[in-house]
Amino acid sequence: MEVPILKQGEVLIATFQAALSDADLEHLRRGLVQQVVKFRSRGVIVDVTAMDVMDSFASRTLREIAHMIRLRGAETVIVGIQPEVAFAMVQLGLTLEGVATALDLEEGLAYLIEKFKDVN
Amino acid sequence: MAKREVTSKDSGARGNSGVELVRSEAPSELLRELVAHLRQNRTQLREEWVVRISETRLLTAMTKEEIFAEATSVYDSYVEALETEAFEALQAYARNLSERIIPRGVETHEVVGIVLLLRDVLARSLFAKYQTDFKKLNRILDAYEPAANRIANTVAVGFVQERERVIRQQQEAIRELSTPVLQVRERLLILPIIGVIDPQRARQLTEQLLRGIRTNRAKVVVIDITGVAAMDVTVANHLVQTVEASRLLGATVIVTGLSPEIAQTLVTIGVDLGKMNTVGDLQGGIEQAERLLGYKVVTLAETR
Repeated sequence: MEVPILKQGEVLIATFQAALSDADLEHLRRGLVQQVVKFRSRGVIVDVTAMDVMDSFASRTLREIAHMIRLRGAETVIVGIQPEVAFAMVQLGLTLEGVATALDLEEGLAYLIEKFKDVN
Repeated sequence: MAKREVTSKDSGARGNSGVELVRSEAPSELLRELVAHLRQNRTQLREEWVVRISETRLLTAMTKEEIFAEATSVYDSYVEALETEAFEALQAYARNLSERIIPRGVETHEVVGIVLLLRDVLARSLFAKYQTDFKKLNRILDAYEPAANRIANTVAVGFVQERERVIRQQQEAIRELSTPVLQVRERLLILPIIGVIDPQRARQLTEQLLRGIRTNRAKVVVIDITGVAAMDVTVANHLVQTVEASRLLGATVIVTGLSPEIAQTLVTIGVDLGKMNTVGDLQGGIEQAERLLGYKVVTLAETR
């Protein structure tokens, strides 16, 4: 399943749809980094609102995505984690450490805009 | 000969000429007969029962008048249940009665006790009536005993169900009361925790907080545990998880009011205090939260 990636100025927005297979996540990881390079994006928002479960593979992949994107000089924000998913994640010890998170798309964009100002 | 003639003292009860078949009367006929007897002697039997209740020192929480009033309705419902075998109606009555008397402090053993006393009083009355006809007495008891036992059971179960319902209701009320999530500024929530936190309450707290963060779009949460005396390792871990889960929803958590004991517990379980934002008291916590959100509070004098 293809994850749609939209461009909003200097920010890329990838929106997860429901359940993603491990292959989809792999595909996304490669695709996102390529797009960051191609558009010289400064920020990436990964919207996981539609995910109702987050396992350790997905969690690790998101951290790797953020890490790789940071190596390109861009910042990643994960948005839309549902309360029930967040609760389940911390119980499994999946804390997405080192990755910025925000409540939703609006908050994620606000966070990135602040970050861009700091850099400047 | 299939039949034999017997003159029975109670031949009037069924309206035939006193001919008794070798096979016994239908149980329902016997029930009707004993119910009629219990109704005829209602006043006397009820009085006897009330006397026994006070002799055994049951229902001490109620006055004589109250006991008499309740005894009347219980007696009538009892006899009606014997007659109609409508046990669902009886259970509904029992729950209704329980709703009235539980707040008065009546205990389960008292309710079961008085129903059993009534059963005994009525049984004795049947013994007295049919004592000269042992075979008939046995048949009467065969009809009476299962019904009477079922009544005692039904009433006890109804009473216990009502108590359990009240307990559940109170537990729910206590839980709701004790974990309010309060919004004090835009994007700022406060969660004041008071009393004992067990793992179940801790879990409920976390769920309520996470929902509150989403609903109020909170960016900062102050969890105040001044009112919590002690916390075991399980609950301390829950607190850490709550902080981590809140972060996943984009909210920063500030924990205030840690007692020395709780601070010790957190250190013992190896909580990375670098990850947890703590401030001494609630006031300090709110001030820091305001700073994080970009608020500055000044007195009106300063603004002139």
